[in-house]
Amino acid sequence: MKADPDLYDYWPYKNRPKIVWPDGKKIAFWVAPNIEFYELNPPENPQRKAWPRPTPDIVPYSYRDHGNRVGHWRLMEAMDDFGVRGSVSLSVAMCQHYPEIIEACNERKWELFSHGIYNTRYTYGMDKAQERAVIQDSIRTVEAATGQRIRGYLAPALTHSEHTFDLLAENDFWYSCDLFQDDQPQPLKTAGDKRLVSMPYSLEVNDHYAFNVYGQSAQQYADLLKRQFDTLLAEGTASGTVMCIPLHAYLIGRAHRIGPFREVLNYITSHKEDVWITTAAEIAEYYRDHYYDAALKDIARYSAAQQNGGGA
Amino acid sequence: MTLPDSYLSYPHRSTGMDHDIYPRSNMFERTNIEWPGGKSLALWITVALEYFPLVPNDGPFRAPGHMVTPYPDYRSYTTRDYGNRVGIYRILDVLDAFGFKASIPMNAAIATRYPSLLKEITSRGHEIIVHGMDMNAIHYGGMEAEVEQKQIEDAISLLRGASGQTVTGWLSPARSESENTLSMLADAGIDYVCDWVNDDLPYHMHTENGPLVAMPHTMELEDRHLLVNLGQSENTYMEQVLEAAKQYRLEATRYGGRILHLSLTPYVIGQPWRIGTLEKMLARILDGGEIWSASGAEIHSTWANQNELI
Repeated sequence: MKADPDLYDYWPYKNRPKIVWPDGKKIAFWVAPNIEFYELNPPENPQRKAWPRPTPDIVPYSYRDHGNRVGHWRLMEAMDDFGVRGSVSLSVAMCQHYPEIIEACNERKWELFSHGIYNTRYTYGMDKAQERAVIQDSIRTVEAATGQRIRGYLAPALTHSEHTFDLLAENDFWYSCDLFQDDQPQPLKTAGDKRLVSMPYSLEVNDHYAFNVYGQSAQQYADLLKRQFDTLLAEGTASGTVMCIPLHAYLIGRAHRIGPFREVLNYITSHKEDVWITTAAEIAEYYRDHYYDAALKDIARYSAAQQNGGGA
Repeated sequence: MTLPDSYLSYPHRSTGMDHDIYPRSNMFERTNIEWPGGKSLALWITVALEYFPLVPNDGPFRAPGHMVTPYPDYRSYTTRDYGNRVGIYRILDVLDAFGFKASIPMNAAIATRYPSLLKEITSRGHEIIVHGMDMNAIHYGGMEAEVEQKQIEDAISLLRGASGQTVTGWLSPARSESENTLSMLADAGIDYVCDWVNDDLPYHMHTENGPLVAMPHTMELEDRHLLVNLGQSENTYMEQVLEAAKQYRLEATRYGGRILHLSLTPYVIGQPWRIGTLEKMLARILDGGEIWSASGAEIHSTWANQNELI
């Protein structure tokens, strides 16, 4: 075990090489619906229980199934109405369980990326070969269902190992949403020379945190998303920022929440001149092509200056 | 310690759900429901009357709302009791003022301990839903079938006998079920179950002993959840309920009748400083348009008449 994850070097927000998004846009905006399948009776993982009560623990199970029966369709319609494509954090077994949802996403040219097989199968305790098998299963499953080659990852239930990022690089992933250290993309340190980018995703503006951790109302969540956007847009003049709204249809797709969320989409998409409304893969690709090398060089410069006892 | 390779096998990874209780379904692709009088929105109010014994049962877990401090937890016991002595009467008066009929999930222990309260409720025309024996009588996975069978039969027969109603609805204490609960309920003549929270409309469930209907007895807008668990203000609670009503009315124009379910807790919304919020909220729901005030049994039968078993 390591005290420092050693996935990236310290690299302060100010004085980085300036990012400008396509067409001079200041903020890259993407929406990440988590489309998940939770099993009623998953196998036991010694390090994390899936459900608090004895099987069948029907309340948390059915609470999440609401997203696939009801909430998803409300959220998808709202995103259609404002011209926002999703970048889906997908329990890839959804390709088997709810093929209609996957087809609807694919028809809209939404991006799919892997959020594991099920959100009740955890990485804790997997050896490298097992975790590789999960990642490669994700690639195969989504490709078979949609023709898309997935490029992004958010570990199932945010459960990781020390190998996770090396395995992503090894399997030609472009980005990970697993780390929360920044509002801009940046290179991750992995074995080999592949270009794996840490993509801003945010737990703090995740609907799960808003509603179930911080206990906010639908309107409070809508207000905080607008403030998040205002600040990141203002800062994007100096250097391009990324704003993600991570969502769960079983939360945001409730009847009392979808209306306020539509206001947020309306507000953000009305800033057309400054906002790049896009997907995570498009952001990652653009960053890898235009800023990845400059970032590596600047991180090395900053680290060297620190070692010499100087400022940046 | 490395996980066994069986952790990477997925026996239920195929089309549909990972169980046989109900099929997958998109709510927006179902037959449109018509409520009586062409109303777009059914208002289903439930007020749970629960008995929390001073000695809690932790096998296998303690029901939400149960005792908190070491024995004797008089503060929690009496606070819950306040709901059954005072709060419920305030709520009943508000319902009468609006002419609304509610469904009352009731622990059988309430009927035996406070028969006058049961009489008050039935005489005002509200529906009784079986809510198990009391808040210690949890149904849970792995429990002995004979024990559960007796809990179910006792609770149903007590409430049917005491209320004089047919009593066709069931809500499990703490919404907890065993793997046998649904089939035992179907066998006992229950028509609809209020434990599952995955839909905004009723849907069919399948059991070894025949079909059941899952009713959209929601948690998300429950007064206790928003006001107590999440610590939201009364206005914040009300605004979200009104937002839901607005969304449902909007959907009803395209997809047929919708249900606004309000789950009320006597010891929460029945407090003197909160009861006004209930009155205001109901008035504002009516400001938004007509509603069909209905019991669970009425919603169930209206829905079932338009939805063949699949």
